Amino acid sequence: MTSATHGLGHPQHAPGAHDSHDDHAHGPPSGFMRWVSTTNHKDIGTMYMLFALMNFFIGGVMAMIIRAELFQPGLQVVNPDFFNQMTSLHGLIMIFGAIMPVFVGFANWQIPLMIGAPDMAFARMNNWSFWLLPPATILLIGSLFVPGGSLSAGWTLYPPLTVQQGMGMDLVIFAVHIMGASSIMGSINIITTILNMRAPGMTLFKMPMFCWTWLITAFLLIAAMPVLAGAVTMLLTDRHFGTSFFNAAGGGDPVLFQHIFWFFGHPEVYIIALPAFGVVSQVIPAFSRKPLFGYTSMVYATASIAILSFMVWAHHMYAVGMPAAGQLFFMYATALIAVPTGVKVFNWVATMWKGSLTFETPMLFACGFLFLFTLGGFTGLVLAIVPVDIQLQDTYYVVAHFHYVMVAGALFSAFAAVYFWIPKWTGRMYDETLGKWHFWLSMIGFNLTFFVQHFLGLAGMPRRIPDYNLQFANFNMVSSLGAFLFGGSQLLFVYIVYKCYRGSGEKAAANPWDGAEGLEWTLPSPPPYHTFETPPAVK
Amino acid sequence: MTNGIPRSIRSGIAGLLAGAAGWSNQALADGVNLQEPASVLARSIYDLHTIITLICVVIFIGVFGVMFYSVYAHRKSKGHKAAQFHENVKVEIAWTVIPLIILIAMMFPATRAVLEMKDTSAADITIKVTGYQWKWGYDYLQDGFGFYSTMTTPMAQIEGREAKTANYLLEVDNPLVVPVGKKIRVLITANDVLHSWWMPVFGVKQDAIPGFVRDSWFTANREGTFRGQCAELCGKEHGFMPIVVEVVSEPKYVAWVADQKKRAAAVADDPNKVWDLAALVARGEKVYANNCVACHQATGKGVPPAFPPLDGSPRVTGPKADQIHILLEGVMKDGKATAMVSFAKQLSDTDIAAAITYTRNSWGNKTGEAIQPAEIKAARK
Repeated sequence: MTSATHGLGHPQHAPGAHDSHDDHAHGPPSGFMRWVSTTNHKDIGTMYMLFALMNFFIGGVMAMIIRAELFQPGLQVVNPDFFNQMTSLHGLIMIFGAIMPVFVGFANWQIPLMIGAPDMAFARMNNWSFWLLPPATILLIGSLFVPGGSLSAGWTLYPPLTVQQGMGMDLVIFAVHIMGASSIMGSINIITTILNMRAPGMTLFKMPMFCWTWLITAFLLIAAMPVLAGAVTMLLTDRHFGTSFFNAAGGGDPVLFQHIFWFFGHPEVYIIALPAFGVVSQVIPAFSRKPLFGYTSMVYATASIAILSFMVWAHHMYAVGMPAAGQLFFMYATALIAVPTGVKVFNWVATMWKGSLTFETPMLFACGFLFLFTLGGFTGLVLAIVPVDIQLQDTYYVVAHFHYVMVAGALFSAFAAVYFWIPKWTGRMYDETLGKWHFWLSMIGFNLTFFVQHFLGLAGMPRRIPDYNLQFANFNMVSSLGAFLFGGSQLLFVYIVYKCYRGSGEKAAANPWDGAEGLEWTLPSPPPYHTFETPPAVK
Repeated sequence: MTNGIPRSIRSGIAGLLAGAAGWSNQALADGVNLQEPASVLARSIYDLHTIITLICVVIFIGVFGVMFYSVYAHRKSKGHKAAQFHENVKVEIAWTVIPLIILIAMMFPATRAVLEMKDTSAADITIKVTGYQWKWGYDYLQDGFGFYSTMTTPMAQIEGREAKTANYLLEVDNPLVVPVGKKIRVLITANDVLHSWWMPVFGVKQDAIPGFVRDSWFTANREGTFRGQCAELCGKEHGFMPIVVEVVSEPKYVAWVADQKKRAAAVADDPNKVWDLAALVARGEKVYANNCVACHQATGKGVPPAFPPLDGSPRVTGPKADQIHILLEGVMKDGKATAMVSFAKQLSDTDIAAAITYTRNSWGNKTGEAIQPAEIKAARK
């Protein structure tokens, strides 16, 4: 193995991992075409992650604009319509452009390494599922520049407001179609890889938790994404082809859209959360130097969450008005999700209990995840209670709640994953001091931003408003200052990652962590371009 | 109000301390908890929220007490050696079943509150609320008047050219007025896109859906002016369609309704205007078509015996005072109301005058009389 980094340099062929055959005499193309035509899971994983990082900053800039406008009462920075475009696109870009792709990136890199497979099952489709995404982002960003501007009806796309929108809305609809197609292909690939390409001896119940959570997530994606595609297609035909799916005057119902959207939307929450659970289930045992507590119950809890996630969609719609029996059913079903989620939290804490703990950056982010995600889970339980939700629906309490789940949950877990695996991916250790700074700044910035939003929501501030009464001024200012700190500290993350890819920093051993276990740590860091062409032996 | 950060940090800390010390309502009233309820329903919700949040806080402290103890005590740097246990079925069952029991216990008060919330029966007053881009419309269905309610905060305040006042963005030209202690049922709908009618102090939030009517209710338990906002994104002015409800005493409400009715009548037609015959007949034809034709038929022949004919009827061709009396008071037969109800409340003086004039000058009836609105006004008690 050469000392060159894998990362962005020319792919290295490791002689040891590549012995018996070499039928592609010319090797892969170099330069730009290498990335366009690659079918290598590591290259595609890297591209997914870089793509997600780019979107993370685009969505982040939008968040900064939102918080700048809300820094003080009054309209100072943007007009209300542009403000609405920012909140709408921030949501779509962060969910579909940043969080989902980054976890697909982890899946691409890690699943073959973790189960001892040479690559993903459908290598060419893998290339295609990635390369569909940049056009989707171009449509999303481009929609800002068409007449009438972009979607300003919220990422939830509720009609009839979305029927009123300009052509930016059509671009968004096509972007959602494309991203959905990409996700479905990615999911088929992950399921096939996990079910068919495990090394001999790697039974399902020996798989790392990360693979389990992704297997279940992939099924959720296949079930949920077509539903979203159907919903936006109906929007499109309502807009342009004279149908009335969501128009009462034509015999339709605007609420129908909400049912369809949230039938996708609630599983989507777990599509984002489950891989995050998987990452944390890898990181906590490694830094506790102790096996994951309750592996089997973790698998069952994950599957239970996935199944329940299809039965709770209308808890997003309590304020729409439905019969008491409907509200009670969705309240009970939603509360029930707290049980398997609680099991996971208890198992993680039990994994730490009587371990031998160290707190490198991945572990810090995993603990941050555990603490704050659980807080978000509890506010979720509060919101599950119909009468309480009636007060809190569409307020900043909900904004705080889902950012605790999505940011402190999914994003912190993604940071944990990057710090945990980047020595493997690049062959270099990240800068531990800067990593810790990144964690603490993020932790403080995040909580300043979002904790006070619980108070704003309780006191009565609706979400998606560009201006507010003076009684909300102080907490909004705190929230905005926190957001600027949180946003700014992410530049540190880019610098830390850049340093690793550039090849500076201490060289990483095959297994840089005392307590980490799994096939990926048996490979050199960085691993050769092709790995496990001969299946490894699994005990 | 905008004296910078320290106050919010102070109130934030006060809120946290109060939470830890037993959730004192007093300390939390300053913008960190639900608004002080002004209805029975909002009070139930407030208490429910307090209970659920407290249970969550206790569990949270318990679980993360364990985690932080572990973080503190089981560090490698303290030389702690890792144990290697990794499963225990009994523990797994315990932490599945115990949370389940806690959740079931939580569902009892929650279910009671849901059923209370959904019970819109036996309302004293029904008001229809319509969401428009970007104002609210209120119709007092039993009293037959309505009005729009639009934000009055000037752009100069929004754009920072004038100082912002206390009710910035939460003030309207025509507030909704309701009497204290009466059960108010609100029928909520929308004209264009989704809106949501939200009054935090009453515990009411109901999406307004174009083409559909949903209902909710509240009983205000104290007088005062209360403020809420549209809670569902409805376009660019979504942040600028506040709701203001004035809760007043019963006599004040009655007086206000009377005043509103007078104003509505004044806006409609001047009852003192003198009309000529042709104009009254033309208008009367429309009033007849909307109100009378189902029973008395377009031919004026009626459907005897239930619905008597007007064509050739001595009541229509006879003295006009009798006919006016019938329209204002309705017809009683054997002490019971008949299908001929009073139109005194439904129709204005002008409409009644026009309808009477029309019937007296149509089909075979040729009285040639024009009944003036002023006569109707005079005949009303």
